[in-house]
Amino acid sequence: MATTANVRKMPAAATADMLRPSRSLWKDAWYQFRRHTLAMAGMVTLIILILGTTIGPFIYTTPINGIDFGRAIQGPSVAHPFGTDDLGRDMLARVLWGGRVSIAVGITAVLLAITLGTAFGALAGYFKSLDNPLMRITDLFLSLPILPLLLIIIFLFRDTLRKLFGPEVGIFLMIVTVIGILTWMPVARLVRANFLSLKNKEFVEAARAVGATDLRIITKHILPNVLSSVLVAATLGVGGAIILESTLSFLGLGFPSDVPTWGRLLFDAQNYLDLAPHLALFPGLAIFLTVLSVNYIGDGLRDALDPRKGG
Amino acid sequence: MGRYVARRLLIAIPTLLIISFVVYAILALAPGDPLAQFAANPNVPPEVREKIRVSLGLDQPWHIRYVKWLLALLRGDFGYSFGSHSPVAGLLIERLPNTLAVVGVAYILGLLLALPIGMLGAVKRYSLFDHAATTFAFIGFSVPTFFTGLLLIIIFSINLRWFPFIYDSTLKVKDLASFVDQLKQSIMPIAVLTLFNTAALARFIRAEMLEHLPLEYVRTARGKGISERLVILRHVLRNSLIPVVTLVALGIPAVFAGAIVTEQIFRVPGIGELLVRSIGTSDTPVVAAIVFLFAILVVLFNLIADVLYAVLDPRIRYA
Repeated sequence: MATTANVRKMPAAATADMLRPSRSLWKDAWYQFRRHTLAMAGMVTLIILILGTTIGPFIYTTPINGIDFGRAIQGPSVAHPFGTDDLGRDMLARVLWGGRVSIAVGITAVLLAITLGTAFGALAGYFKSLDNPLMRITDLFLSLPILPLLLIIIFLFRDTLRKLFGPEVGIFLMIVTVIGILTWMPVARLVRANFLSLKNKEFVEAARAVGATDLRIITKHILPNVLSSVLVAATLGVGGAIILESTLSFLGLGFPSDVPTWGRLLFDAQNYLDLAPHLALFPGLAIFLTVLSVNYIGDGLRDALDPRKGG
Repeated sequence: MGRYVARRLLIAIPTLLIISFVVYAILALAPGDPLAQFAANPNVPPEVREKIRVSLGLDQPWHIRYVKWLLALLRGDFGYSFGSHSPVAGLLIERLPNTLAVVGVAYILGLLLALPIGMLGAVKRYSLFDHAATTFAFIGFSVPTFFTGLLLIIIFSINLRWFPFIYDSTLKVKDLASFVDQLKQSIMPIAVLTLFNTAALARFIRAEMLEHLPLEYVRTARGKGISERLVILRHVLRNSLIPVVTLVALGIPAVFAGAIVTEQIFRVPGIGELLVRSIGTSDTPVVAAIVFLFAILVVLFNLIADVLYAVLDPRIRYA
């Protein structure tokens, strides 16, 4: 950082051909990322969607549960930009509110999955004695049929958790935990592979020579080098988790109807496809746009963080 | 090679045992009661309910039920459905053809479409076709299948009235007219799954081809003076297909899982629809059998993928 500050004080003309201001890995990645048009478009879209769902309900204050049969199943209009559902509830308000839950589930579940995956992968990759048992567990989890298991776990334990934590928090905790526990395996494999190739490098040897503990080597020396690939996996994982949550809700096994997640809105829209296709269109487009932007961001990040692609 | 297959088989058996145990434990320890529907019915006296419980074997502790279930399973006996009081195996056999027809056709179609799309995209990289194909692939696996399904229903069933949106399972193919009907009702569920499969596979095939194109053996092949067409088809494609074959095998269980959603949208009476229905009615034997069936699929195709990889790629040697 000190050199960058000094360089900036010098006249620009003199420094231009002397040296380029040094860039950290992340600044370099950001520079690359900005040139990936679709990834930037994805990021702008995602930011708008996140702002819309978090701040939106404060600006667009129409209640999500304002039942009024007098205006049931209306198409989009000025008063109700996304139309109304079978009970006359405003769809825009419900889509905005639902996005909050869907995006929150996606991000939290992935945070859990990458934490688990990184822990498993780091331990298996670093300690040779743990490698075999931990990887056997990973293989076992990879052999689980994820969607059917998710369905039965959520169906069977839904009422118990509802009683313990209330309808919204209980189901949220359960869906996030179950998705997290059933999807950490690819991250574990990725982190393990990275650890295996990094742990014999000179810089690790140097760290060990000056007396760094295993914990310090893992967290301060190897992990930062693995972070970029974990970040890419995490980004792509958010899209997957959002789809998984919507799938559960769409099958009627996710959030209850009083919590309008995008998947749940689609589940409810199924019966009115002929009268009110807009009920399916808006939440469906919302899921699609979110997942598409997340995937493009992940793609851009992968390109930007790949050191083989010089910039 | 034989030893490698044998060792992988030996790992598969304990894996399946553990999974069967986990699935059964989850079902048995869950707070729901399979006889809840009887309990809610005031016409069923408690002693009758107890008799039903004994007749279904529910009076025994769950670990004993697990062992009995597993031993019966080994003989091919899946038990009796609580709901329909018929053998689970019969229910599965009745519904399997519907699932296989939709899933199988969609997967094969997906592969057939993905191969040329991925190949052309890689060969003519950054061309108009490549951009279109890449965008299509990105969209294809970002749209959840349930949204594609609903969109197709809105467009083709409701607005254009081309296809029926509910799958009629009683339809028997006898003549040309009924065959056309069968075709019409299968098109949308198959299209939904095909779109998803094509997108995922085409992306992978393109990436795999791109890895191989700059390699030296390709330059050698070109240097020998053979036509570009043969270089691509005989050299690059063959080598790129090795990981594709494993991916195709690994993807089959996921496609079956994806069929759960598609079957639900179009009311196709397949395995997935049976699973969702049985979960709703707490029909434990059916749920256990289907989930275990999915587990077998996953383990089996993991095994097939590994063996295929070893057979196809002579560089990989197994001790």
